[in-house]
Amino acid sequence: MLRLEKRPAPSRAWTAATPVLAVVLTMIAGGIMFALLGKNPFEAIRIIFWDPLFHESFAAYSRPQLLVKAGPLILIAIGLALGFRAGVWNIGAEGQYIMGAIAGASFGLAFYPSESPLIFPGMIIAGALGGWAWSMIPAILKTRFRTNEILVSLLLVYVAEKFLASAAVGFLRNPEGSGFPGSRNLSRIDSMNNPELISGTGMHWGVVMAFIAVIAAYVLLNKHLLGYQIKLAGQAPRAARFAGVNPNRLIVLCMGVSGALAGLAGLFEVSGPAGQISIDFNVGYGFTAIIVAFLGRLHPIGILLAGLLMALTYIGGELAQLMLQIPAPAIQAFQGMLLFFLLAVDVLSTYRIRFKKEGVA
Amino acid sequence: MGIDPVTLIVALITVSTPVLLAAIGELVVEKTGVLNLGVEGMMITGAVMGFVVAVNTGSPTLGFLAGMASGMALSLIFGVLTQMLLSNQVATGLALTLFGLGLSALLGVGYPGSTPPPVSDPFPAAMAEIPVIGPILFGHSLIIYLSVLLVAAVWYVLGYTKVGLIIRAVGENHDAAHALGYKVIRIRLMAIMFGGACAGLGGAFLSVVRVQNWVDGMTAGAGWIALALVVFASWKPWRALLGAYLFGGVTALQLRLQAAGINIPVEILAMSPYVITIIVLVIMSSDKSRTALNAPAALGKVFHATG
Amino acid sequence: MTGEPLLSIDNITKAYPGVVANSDVSFQIQPGEVHALLGENGAGKSTLVKMIYGLVRPDSGSMTFRGAAYAPPEPRIARSTGVAMVFQHFSLFEALNVAENIALGMENPPPQRDLAKRIREVSEAYGLPLDPDRLVGDLSAGERQRVEIIRCLLQDPKLLIMDEPTSVLTPQEVEILFHTLRKLAAEGTSILYISHKLEEIRALCDEATILRLGKVVGKCTPRDTSAAEMAELMVGKSLATPARDNADLGEVILKVSGLSVEPSNPFGTPLRHIGIELHAGEVLGIGGVAGNGQDELLAALSGEVTTAPGTVTLHKNPIGDKGPNERRELGILCGPEERLGHAAAPDMSLVENALLTARQRKNLADSGFVNWGATRAYAEKVIADFDVRTPGPDNVARSLSGGNLQKFVIGREILQDPTVLVVNQPTWGVDASAAADIRQAILDLAQKGAGVIVISQDLDELLEVSDNFAALNEGRLSNVRTTRDLTMETIGLMLGGAHDMHDLDEEAIHAEA
Repeated sequence: MLRLEKRPAPSRAWTAATPVLAVVLTMIAGGIMFALLGKNPFEAIRIIFWDPLFHESFAAYSRPQLLVKAGPLILIAIGLALGFRAGVWNIGAEGQYIMGAIAGASFGLAFYPSESPLIFPGMIIAGALGGWAWSMIPAILKTRFRTNEILVSLLLVYVAEKFLASAAVGFLRNPEGSGFPGSRNLSRIDSMNNPELISGTGMHWGVVMAFIAVIAAYVLLNKHLLGYQIKLAGQAPRAARFAGVNPNRLIVLCMGVSGALAGLAGLFEVSGPAGQISIDFNVGYGFTAIIVAFLGRLHPIGILLAGLLMALTYIGGELAQLMLQIPAPAIQAFQGMLLFFLLAVDVLSTYRIRFKKEGVA
Repeated sequence: MGIDPVTLIVALITVSTPVLLAAIGELVVEKTGVLNLGVEGMMITGAVMGFVVAVNTGSPTLGFLAGMASGMALSLIFGVLTQMLLSNQVATGLALTLFGLGLSALLGVGYPGSTPPPVSDPFPAAMAEIPVIGPILFGHSLIIYLSVLLVAAVWYVLGYTKVGLIIRAVGENHDAAHALGYKVIRIRLMAIMFGGACAGLGGAFLSVVRVQNWVDGMTAGAGWIALALVVFASWKPWRALLGAYLFGGVTALQLRLQAAGINIPVEILAMSPYVITIIVLVIMSSDKSRTALNAPAALGKVFHATG
Repeated sequence: MTGEPLLSIDNITKAYPGVVANSDVSFQIQPGEVHALLGENGAGKSTLVKMIYGLVRPDSGSMTFRGAAYAPPEPRIARSTGVAMVFQHFSLFEALNVAENIALGMENPPPQRDLAKRIREVSEAYGLPLDPDRLVGDLSAGERQRVEIIRCLLQDPKLLIMDEPTSVLTPQEVEILFHTLRKLAAEGTSILYISHKLEEIRALCDEATILRLGKVVGKCTPRDTSAAEMAELMVGKSLATPARDNADLGEVILKVSGLSVEPSNPFGTPLRHIGIELHAGEVLGIGGVAGNGQDELLAALSGEVTTAPGTVTLHKNPIGDKGPNERRELGILCGPEERLGHAAAPDMSLVENALLTARQRKNLADSGFVNWGATRAYAEKVIADFDVRTPGPDNVARSLSGGNLQKFVIGREILQDPTVLVVNQPTWGVDASAAADIRQAILDLAQKGAGVIVISQDLDELLEVSDNFAALNEGRLSNVRTTRDLTMETIGLMLGGAHDMHDLDEEAIHAEA
C-alpha cells in the first residue's frame, strides 16, 4: 500500500529534479507511442532531441529555429507564470497573442507605405496594447462580476480566431494579393520587419524581449515587494489581504502583464517568422506556453530552459515528420504527456511516498 | 429567405446534445468537489474514437461505446493524478485538454472524409412525419432521448437518493465526509469516470451523428462551453438542459443565418455562441448569493487525509 | 463497578513520522460511566479517539469492546458496534439541512419524513430543540453541536465520544449539555469525554485518565482530586499565572462607534452597531461563542474590511476607510485567529512571514525592493525574543507547532511596538506553557501603555488577562463591564445575547440584593 506523507517543507532537491524525471518518463512513454505507430522509438527520440542540434546536415537550419520557437514560448510563459503564481488563471494567451498580432499589424499597415523608423516601435506598442486589452476583458469581468477567468479567457480564444479570420479576409487583406486571404507580408516591408539580428542565430527582437522578460521576472519575484505579494496571494489569499494586498489590483496586473507579453509575442511573430496575418498564422504557442510555464516550475530560469526544450520538441517533431513520417499531432500528444508526467512526479516534492503493508495492527 | 422554426428546433436539439452530455457529466463531477477542465480533451478523444470504431465496425453503437470508454480512460488519468497524486486540478485538467487534442489528431490521421454508418432512429419514420411535433419529438437518434433521460436520472439521484446525498456531502466538505467514514477518493474517482464517459459519448455523438465526419479540433470549444453551462445551471441538472438548448438555439440560428446569406459578417455570427456564453456567465456569476449557495464548497480543493 | 468493562484499551501505540502520538496507552471504560480523557493540546487525545472510532489504526496494542476483540477498520464498523462520536471541529455540511446531515451519519437512514419525525422526538426527549429542515450553515455553534449529538443518539450508541464539546458553548449551554450527558449515562450509555478544562471534568466525570506526550501519566477520580493536582499531572510542571503590576487606564486611544458590516459570504455574520472605547494600558476582553462575528470584527479593525471613516478613530483621527497597511503605519496591529493561511502563509519561510506585516514599521522595503537582510534580522529577533522553537528562520511556517507559530505571530506584532494590538483566539490550540508566555506578553504590552483587545472563546483566559469585558453575540457587542465584578452567570447571560444589558444589570442588582 502506497501512502503519502506531507513533507514539513517542500523538498528543494525534488523540486529541481522532477522536471528532469518528467522528461525522461515522457521519452519512455513517447517511445512506446512511436513504437505503436510502427516507428523505431530510439531513432524517433534521437531525431527529436538530438538531431536538431547536432545532425551534420540539419543542425545548420534547426539551431536558429530553436530561438525562433523558444522566444514566443518563453515570452508568453513568463507572463502566465506570474498569474499562475498569484492564482490568476489566464489560459487564453492564444487569443491575446492573436489580438496583439492583429493590433500591431494594423498599426503598421495603416501607415503603409511610410518608411518612418517610428513605425516598428509603434507596432510593438500597439501589439502589447492589443494583447493587454484582450486580457482586460476576463480581468474586469473577474473583478467586477467574479466571473471565472479560466472560462472567459479561453472562450475569447475562439472569438479571437474568428476575428483573425475576418481580418485576414477582410480589413487587413493585401489589396495586391489577387484576392488571396492574408495581409501584406510585413517581413518584406523594411519599416515593419522584425529581422534576424545576428545572422544564423535566429535571434530577433522577440527573443531579445523574452530574455529581458526572464530577467525582469526574476528580479520582480525575488527582490521586489510586488513579486512577494504575487506569491503570497497565490499561496494564502487571506494572508495576502491581511498584508494589504488588493486582490483585484493583482488580478488586473497579472492578467494585463500576461496579455501584453502574449500580444508582444504575437506581434514579433507576425512581423518576423510568420511574416503576415493569415487565417492560421498562430500555431498554438499560447497553449504550449502553459506547459512551458509549469515545466519551468513557474520560475523564470526554469521557464527559459523549459521554453528551449519545448522549442526543441517542435523542431524535432518537424524533423521526425520529415524523416520518419511521424504524424505532426504526435508531437502535440507528446507535449501533453510531458505535462502529465510533470504533474504526476510533482507529488515527490511536497509529499514523501511510503510503502506500507495494509492491515498491520 | 425565411427560417423554418420546426427545422430550427430539430437542429438545435441535435446541436445541443453533445454539449448537454458533457455538461451533465461535469455537473456530477463538480458536485463531488472536483473541477475537471479536461472536458474538451475527453470530448474530442471520444469523438475520434467513436468515429474510428463506428467506421471500422460499421456499428454506431460500438462507436458510442468506444467514445465513452476513451473519455473514461482519459478521465482516469486525471483522476489518478488529482486524487491519488494530489496534483493541481486546474493544471491537470488543462493538460488533459492539450493531450486530448494532440492524441485525437494523431488517432484520426487518415479518417477525415470517411463516412460513418447511418444511425437508425428508435421511432418509425411515420411518426417522424407527423407535422410539427413529429420531427421535434420523434425524429431523433436514440442518444438524444438518452441524454434527456440522463438529465432526469442525475436530477433524481442527486436530489432524492442516499447516493446523491453522499455526492453532495463529499463536494461540500470532504474532511467531514471523511470523518464520517465515506471514501472521498473512491467516490470522486467514480464521478470523474462518469464525467469522462459522458464527455466521450458527447464527442462520439458529435462526430458520428451530428457532423458525420472527423475533422481535427472539431469540438471547437464545446467542452469549454459545457463547463460554462454547469456554472450557468448553478449545478442543477434541468437548468443544464435549458442552458444547452439555449446555446444550441443560438448556434443553430447563426448557422441558418450564415446559410441564408443575411447581411451580417460570417465571422460575427460564428463568434456569437462564444460571446453569448460569456455574457450568460457574467450574468450568472454577478448574482453572488445564488451561486455561492449551490456551488460545491470544496470545488477544486485538494483532499489529503491525514493519519 | 467491577464488572466487565465496556471498552478496554490495552497497550496501544501509534507513531507518526517524528512524533509518537500514543505510547503504550491502556485504560478501561465501564458501562454507564462518564470517563474523562484529560491532556494538553498535542498530548495524543485526538489520535487515541480516532483509533477507537476507526479513522486511524494503531501500530500495536489491542482493544476489547464488550468482551470481544475490537479493531474497527473504518467508522462504519465502529458505528455498527455501538461507538458514536461528536467531533471537535464538527463534521457537518453547511449547505445541507439538519435531516440530511443526520442521515449522512447513519448506516440505514429512514426516509426523510420519518427521520424528521424521529429527530424531533429525540431532540425533545433530551432537551435539545432542533428543526430538521433548517440549513446547518444558518445554525449557531451550539445548535450545530446538537445536530452531531442527535446524529449519535439516533444510532443508540453504547459509547459516546465527545471531543472538546464545550469549547464552543456558553456556560448556560454547557449546563444543558451536561444535563443531557448525565441523563444518557443514567440510561447506561458510557461517555468518553475529552477535555483540558479541569472544572468541567470535576463536575461531570466519574473517572479520568490523564495523558501527557502520548503516555498515560495518571488516573484519578475527578471528584476527589483538586484541579491543581490534575493540572500538574497534565502539564508536568506548575506554571506561573500571568500577572501585571497594576492597571492604570489612560485616555481613549481607539474608538469604534456605530460600526456595521454586511457579511461577505452567505453564512457569515453581520456586525451591528459595534461600539468600543479602548484606553491606553487597557486589555479589553471580547468573549463570545464561535461564529458570532469575531472574524468580522477583527477584519474591520485590521482594515481588511473598510467602513465609513468615522466609525473607527485612532487618537480622534478617522481611519475607518484605511486599509491594513495604512493602519499598521498608524500603530494598529492585529493577530488573526487562523494562524496558517491568515496570520501566516503556510508554505513561506519565517523570514517571508516576517515581511507579511512588519514592512511598514520596520522599514523592510525601499522603493518597492525588499531588504531581505533586514527582514531576516527581524525574523531572528522575533524567534529569539519570543523563544520560538525552530531550527531557523528559513523553515516554513507550517513546519512549526501551533504554539511556536503563535508565539512567532504574536511576537512579530508586539516587537513592532503597537499603539493598539487586536488578537483573536491568541492561545487556541496552543500548549499551556506557550499560552502562559503569550498571555504574559500581552499584559506586558499593556503595561507599557498600549491598548489591547483580546477576542477569545476561552472565558478563563479573558478573566485572567482582561481589565474589562464585553460579549459578542450575533454580531452585536454588549456593554463593557469591569472584569473583576463579573460572575460566570452574568458572563453566560451576556454571551447568550441578553440584548438589553441595562435591564440585565438591574436584574443582577436585584438578585444580589
